[in-house]
Amino acid sequence: MSTKIKINSQIFQDSNNIYYPKDETEVSDLIRELYKQDSPTEIIGNNSKSFIGNKTQSANTTSLAKISGIIDYRPEELYIKVKACTPINEIEQVLRENNQELAFEPIDFGYIKEGKSNKGTIAGYLSCNYAGSRRFKVGSVRDHVLGFKGVNGKGDIIKSGGTVVKNVTGYDLSKLIAGSFGTLVALTEITLKVLPKKDSSKTVIIYPSNFQQIYDFFNKLSSSSSEISGAVFIPEQSKDKDFVTKKNSVFKFNDLKSNVSFIAFRVEGDKISIEEKINNLKNELELNNSDISTLDVHQSEPFWKKVNNLEVFEKTQHNLIRMVIPPANVSKLCKYLENNHNYFVDWCGSLFWIEVNSKKEEKIKDLKKMAKDFGGYLTVIKTSSEYDYGEAIFTVDKVRLIISEKVKQSFDPKRILNPGKMYRGV
Amino acid sequence: MSEIALPKIDSSILNRKSEIVKKLSKLTNIENVLSEADELRPYETDALSVYTQTPLAVVLPENTEEVSEILKFCHSENIKVVPRGAGTGLSGGALPLQDAILLGLGKFNKILEIDYENKCVVTQPGVTNLGITHAVQHKGFYYAPDPSSQLACSIGGNVAENSGGVHSLKYGTTTNNILGVQMVMMDGTICRFGGKSFDQEGYDLMGLICGSEGLLGVVTEVTVKILRTPEVVRAALIGFPSIKEGGDAASEIISSGIVPAGMEIMDKALIEATDNFSKAGYPRDAELLLIVELDGTASEVNELIKKVETICKKNNCSSLKLSNSEKERLSFWAGRKAAFPACGAMAPDYYCMDGSIPRGKLAEALLEIKKLSEKYELPVANCFHAGDGNLHPLIMFDGNDKEQLRKTEEFGSEILKTCVRLGGVITGEHGVGIEKRELMCEMFNDNDIQQQLSIKKSLDEKNLLNPGKVYPILRKCAEEGRVHVHKNKDKFPDLPRF
Repeated sequence: MSTKIKINSQIFQDSNNIYYPKDETEVSDLIRELYKQDSPTEIIGNNSKSFIGNKTQSANTTSLAKISGIIDYRPEELYIKVKACTPINEIEQVLRENNQELAFEPIDFGYIKEGKSNKGTIAGYLSCNYAGSRRFKVGSVRDHVLGFKGVNGKGDIIKSGGTVVKNVTGYDLSKLIAGSFGTLVALTEITLKVLPKKDSSKTVIIYPSNFQQIYDFFNKLSSSSSEISGAVFIPEQSKDKDFVTKKNSVFKFNDLKSNVSFIAFRVEGDKISIEEKINNLKNELELNNSDISTLDVHQSEPFWKKVNNLEVFEKTQHNLIRMVIPPANVSKLCKYLENNHNYFVDWCGSLFWIEVNSKKEEKIKDLKKMAKDFGGYLTVIKTSSEYDYGEAIFTVDKVRLIISEKVKQSFDPKRILNPGKMYRGV
Repeated sequence: MSEIALPKIDSSILNRKSEIVKKLSKLTNIENVLSEADELRPYETDALSVYTQTPLAVVLPENTEEVSEILKFCHSENIKVVPRGAGTGLSGGALPLQDAILLGLGKFNKILEIDYENKCVVTQPGVTNLGITHAVQHKGFYYAPDPSSQLACSIGGNVAENSGGVHSLKYGTTTNNILGVQMVMMDGTICRFGGKSFDQEGYDLMGLICGSEGLLGVVTEVTVKILRTPEVVRAALIGFPSIKEGGDAASEIISSGIVPAGMEIMDKALIEATDNFSKAGYPRDAELLLIVELDGTASEVNELIKKVETICKKNNCSSLKLSNSEKERLSFWAGRKAAFPACGAMAPDYYCMDGSIPRGKLAEALLEIKKLSEKYELPVANCFHAGDGNLHPLIMFDGNDKEQLRKTEEFGSEILKTCVRLGGVITGEHGVGIEKRELMCEMFNDNDIQQQLSIKKSLDEKNLLNPGKVYPILRKCAEEGRVHVHKNKDKFPDLPRF
């Protein structure tokens, strides 16, 4: 308790030295005090994703977990306003009751961390900005944030945006907050755009016979006017028996062949238009009925949950990498990864989840170079216990780093909030 | 010209005009620097033409390196810079300043790359919004955001204003449809945010730039996402006997789970004005007209139309007509698209307002506007992007009558305050510029504005890039009692006040 700070008595601090402010005013008072004392703090929610990013060097920990609850939900206006650390499960529950959803399909990082569901809070999710399989169609988390309130590094309560779709007056700070890993503001309130849930879904499985076909299929799928809302490639990786076993057990469905690589794509909507779209796509992709398998809605829904839970990498002890590239390079990268690293491809060819064995950590550098050469980037989402941080876990160039430092300075001049979580000096 | 407070003029810059022009002529082709009175005249105003101002000089660079050199020079010499795209902005964002260089991006008019494999187009900022769609439509693609000025407005200006359009409920505004930008900062630094891949990592600087109204940097290249043209597009023209019934139907369409490609509402005054003007065949007995556009595959659209019909009938619609051909669909839109000229034909001048409200508050907003119209004795017609809550009241007046002009401005300002009171914001798609600068205090408190100003300061320390726009000039704001200045002490003495 050597760093114990005498902060306003109403702020509860538990035996682990964690502050639990109960509302926006308490967050503001706490940060204002820390600002005065030049004493940085780590910001956490429910701790479900705190393993992502660098370890912060701070004397304090502030949990926003108590700032939770739904403030205002207007299904007819397509928005929900919540306190920042409202659990995603709670939000999804009320939306489901009104047949609506968070269209960006939150990824459940609990599986890779602990082997069980833990979606955490909306503030944590917004701070990472990692959207699920529907991303290429509906946008990322940042595209669904209408506004927020929070406390900057000086203790000032600030807000931006509103509750309407065209809400940007002044700088669009909601975008800046998305993916900022809690380094700019401690969030206290978030307004999200919600969308109607589709009536039904079906998933079609196709089996590419070579690398070039992976790109060809993805390209035709994303070029079609019969819109799809998910497309993944799951490779076989025959040299790694453990991965194959895992893959076959995760994606065990009556209508899915095992021991082969496959592309799965999802079509959503009312039942008639689903059939129409699948027929159109079969023609456009030149597929015969014998070439494909179809998962009905009862198999389709769990299939995409497993994709978005990253279940093939459940409890991984290795490094897990998230790489985003322009989709035209998908075949090249698949070919490179085959039997080198376990992986799968989401977002119709843009997003790669890659597991790098802890004994092959030096390979991360090669992958980062490759991502940059393709015009993309990578993030080491989960590090193995031996990871030495020799290679930075985020990708940033010099100019962007300088600008990021300036932006950080404008929100948090003394670097009180999550210092070093993303980059050194930010 | 109407009076508006602008940043203090630096007379030393005015005195150095010939020297500055000479230096600029070395940084780009000499013909690209305009400094004579007759050359400057076309640049005196943008589409908010009640305000005019002659710039010190106009410079029209041809490439990113020239932009960088020009900004570097202006930065070192403390010369203000106002960037300008096509000059179609309605909020005065490109209004020149007497002691500032006007940096026109008109020569950046080429599409650099069309990449169908990655579904994107890399373009210079001076290319028009519609120019992008024209370049890819033969392959069945288009660029989704469609501001009404899309024929003339530039993509660079769209980035600056985060422009949307009729289709933004379903397809989003500019910020949701761009993948990357190249930009030059005020000190000349060239930077690149994003590219051809989704969701740049780290701070979303592209998201910050989009909608920043030319205050943070000059965009010199944009990478936009292109989408496949939908298989079928159909529209429905639906008349209602009352504002409430029409407004309720629009809300119910959304809450039923339908996301129309576009949904527009016009009030009686506008139905008459546009029908007189363009003979669109609108139901003239209706108090409110709803245009709903649906897109997708054939059976998807049929299914949606059935649902829309049911909802409208339940809400007592007085007429309902579906488009059966592309020609008919376009004719449904012809009247709506003629809304502005139709009002122009009814009065010597009209003032187009732009605000946002929650969809469910439409009836309340229209009734409030009606009351204000009676109070100010000025006619008003309303169109409303019902999909996204963007309201455009068109106030008709005679600009030669000083008293009417004053009343119009007051009327407009009261409409925007009503928008905020109903839970909306003071802009929809036209930006803040100079027009709504002083209204920022209606939406934001001191902390909010200070945070935004400190971002500006961090990226443009000397406040040289488009100063006097978007943020209230303190003196005026304080006079109106909206900024808390305690005991004559500024809360953040180290911050500049624009």
